[in-house]
Amino acid sequence: MAVPVRLPTVLRPAAGGQSVVAIEGETIGEVLGSLQAEYPAMSGQLLTNEGVLHRFVNVYVNDDDVRYLDKLDTPVSDADTVSIIPAVAGGAA
Amino acid sequence: MAASTGGEDRALGLTGLRLEQRHLDLMVAHCLSCYPEEGCGLISGDPLTGAVTNVHPLRNAARSARIYTLDPREHLDVDLQAEARGDTILGVFHSHTHTEPYPSPTDVRQAPDPTWHYVLVGFRHEVPSVRSFHIEGGNISEETLVVLGNRI
Repeated sequence: MAVPVRLPTVLRPAAGGQSVVAIEGETIGEVLGSLQAEYPAMSGQLLTNEGVLHRFVNVYVNDDDVRYLDKLDTPVSDADTVSIIPAVAGGAA
Repeated sequence: MAASTGGEDRALGLTGLRLEQRHLDLMVAHCLSCYPEEGCGLISGDPLTGAVTNVHPLRNAARSARIYTLDPREHLDVDLQAEARGDTILGVFHSHTHTEPYPSPTDVRQAPDPTWHYVLVGFRHEVPSVRSFHIEGGNISEETLVVLGNRI
């Protein structure tokens, strides 16, 4: 089952400039794993070596942050839209 | 309000940030409304020309005078709105309340995208100043702000 995944601008070059890609998977973990396998330049940018979501990446299923659902075990279907949003922070400190 | 220029002249190659006075005013007004905390938000528009079409004031989830964090849920909303208009998120703006509007080591370390424009609003002096930068691989380069056809 292919799930539409919306990519932030920083990841689009790794996917040939596409802003949305269709990725196979039944959970967020499977989708992110397939995404990195299909576009190897994204490897290490989404999941850590320990297989958890990088802290500087936010992943949404429709309107919900997967960290507040079942994290990488959150189920998805082709009726959902996955959005990858970079964590944006900084400041004078 | 003054907007400073500096660094190499990149405007002629359409590599600067092109925006209207109302966009500058909105960024400064939002950051002033957040003072003494840092204010922040996103800018969207055409990535090919660097032309800003919208400024999106967002909540500083860190609620701090020294750091800012965009609310990721608000960021998602802006991303969806921009996509619906055929725009792209071009970058982020935030204020430095007591230091110069120049990227701090924190800004550089946490810069998420080398293609983005990083707009800084400074309140250190009596007149707010606005400057824009690219941050790539830890290197900072200032770019020209082009306002309504006038380089300022």
